[in-house]
Amino acid sequence: MERSTIFAGFGGQGILFAGRVLAEAAMVEGREVLWIPSYGPEMRGGTASCTVIVADRQIGSPIVDRADHAVVLNPPSMARYTPLVAAEGLLVVNTTLIEAEPGRDDIEVLSVPCTALARRAGDDKLVSVVALGALVGRRRFVEPGSIHAAFTRVLGSKRPDMIALDIAAFDAGYEAGLEEVIA
Amino acid sequence: MAVLDRPAGAGRPHVVASPPGTGVEAPLPDRVLMKGNEAIAEAAIAAGCDAYFGYPITPQAELLEWMARRMPEEGRAFVQAESELAAINMALGAAAAGARVLVSSSSPGISLMAEGMSYMAGSRLPVVLVNVMRGGPGLGSIGASQADYLQATKGHGHGDYRVPVLAPSSIAEAIELVGDAFVLAERYRTPVMILADGILGQAMEPVVPRFRSIPKPTADWILEGAAGRDPRVVRSLHIRPDELEEANEVLQATYAEITAKERRWAGESLDGAEVVVVAYGTAARVARTAVERAREDGLRAGLFRPITLWPFPAPALREAAAGARAVLAVELSAGQLVEDVRLAIEGTVPVFHHGRTGGMVPSPDEVVAAMRKAWAVTPGKAPTRPGTVTPETAPGGVR
Repeated sequence: MERSTIFAGFGGQGILFAGRVLAEAAMVEGREVLWIPSYGPEMRGGTASCTVIVADRQIGSPIVDRADHAVVLNPPSMARYTPLVAAEGLLVVNTTLIEAEPGRDDIEVLSVPCTALARRAGDDKLVSVVALGALVGRRRFVEPGSIHAAFTRVLGSKRPDMIALDIAAFDAGYEAGLEEVIA
Repeated sequence: MAVLDRPAGAGRPHVVASPPGTGVEAPLPDRVLMKGNEAIAEAAIAAGCDAYFGYPITPQAELLEWMARRMPEEGRAFVQAESELAAINMALGAAAAGARVLVSSSSPGISLMAEGMSYMAGSRLPVVLVNVMRGGPGLGSIGASQADYLQATKGHGHGDYRVPVLAPSSIAEAIELVGDAFVLAERYRTPVMILADGILGQAMEPVVPRFRSIPKPTADWILEGAAGRDPRVVRSLHIRPDELEEANEVLQATYAEITAKERRWAGESLDGAEVVVVAYGTAARVARTAVERAREDGLRAGLFRPITLWPFPAPALREAAAGARAVLAVELSAGQLVEDVRLAIEGTVPVFHHGRTGGMVPSPDEVVAAMRKAWAVTPGKAPTRPGTVTPETAPGGVR
């Protein structure tokens, strides 16, 4: 088993954090994982992305040309990363900010108002965490309990006050992914 | 709990009390996620690095940052120098005084250090240098690159010298090679380079945070005060040509010994491979995925991954490629590794190249296409009808 996920959006939407949490969750499950940020000049232009590969064996290419999942939180990210999703892969679209259709009929599209759900959960900066929840709800390639544990590992020493909020946002996204809620 | 309900070998059987409020048992944190830059730094500290000198540059900045925090905690020396020239010459001085020294930079900074590296090679000083390569030439880009291969393996500064060059392709391997680099440096009294790239520096992978400590051999050449004994001299200046030639002969004898004893490489799926892909570092990881995809499509491909770039594992490559119909060098450069591949193969098998430059990285499918093309334009060892093979009709080709 090997699953690659691209997270992409604006800087400030927690893209790198969501990827880090997924990587941490995969690691606590004893699996192989690779997290790689985009660190090029595009970060300074205001967009951010990272790739997380989770596998039960040694990981090869850090460059993903057939993503199993892409999580896109703003319109430029959808335009850029939709073509990289493999056939039958999953595209999680933040419909709060993206009105356009992804324009592919060979992939699964999960439309979730991530920003709105994050706001409802307490902080719209948690938009990536909601999207991560939706992803895991729809394609359960890591256990939600591992994600909960990962929040504690990542935030434990720096922002323990945020753990409960992050878990609530993740759970809201997870429910949306499970129930195929399209708002 | 479901957290631990994983296939055999995938999980670790340690369970501790649940973190409050999470409702799950957390396995013991016996692995941690580390960036390549951070892991290299911590591995050097564990190995017993006494002193670090550097100057910030992307994409290796986290290495210097990690050292800035951790070296003082360990009571060791950290200096952010005023320039790369200063850093490398501080390293030279510290090494001459017997310190175990690490220096790191990225491509443009390594060029600035070239003079000092030549002096250290000439003075026979054990120093470990890390180059986290970025796009060039000039100031270039901050993207991952392997365009410093020739600089690293053929000599950065002036004079007849080489340095062993170790090329990790994962963070776990980088950790191992840091320890090995100090061993080689001290065993042969030579600078050693670890050649990484921006992706390896910036990516995170799980590592077991127990790094090797490297015992320090006694040395009869370090400058530690001459009270009660004859003075020692560490220098690269030998103004009499006959003396300099003698010093060069010592270096060349050392390089011959390193070449005989220290060549390292790894291979995958090489048995019966028709196309042998040669790649190191990040390019080797892309190539590994490409080889897997090609094999799924029926193209018999294998991967030869040099770990020491100098000394280059030429005899092993020649042997691995002996039955192949094509050899393909894949690298993040316009064609540097491929020169050593051609020298190793000595014309016995056609050699092809696929590279990207400037910080661009080839995709696995791109490499698969290059493999098909190499297969298609070369005559097979088994008879094929001439004129019928194209990239499209090669195994796994577009049908």
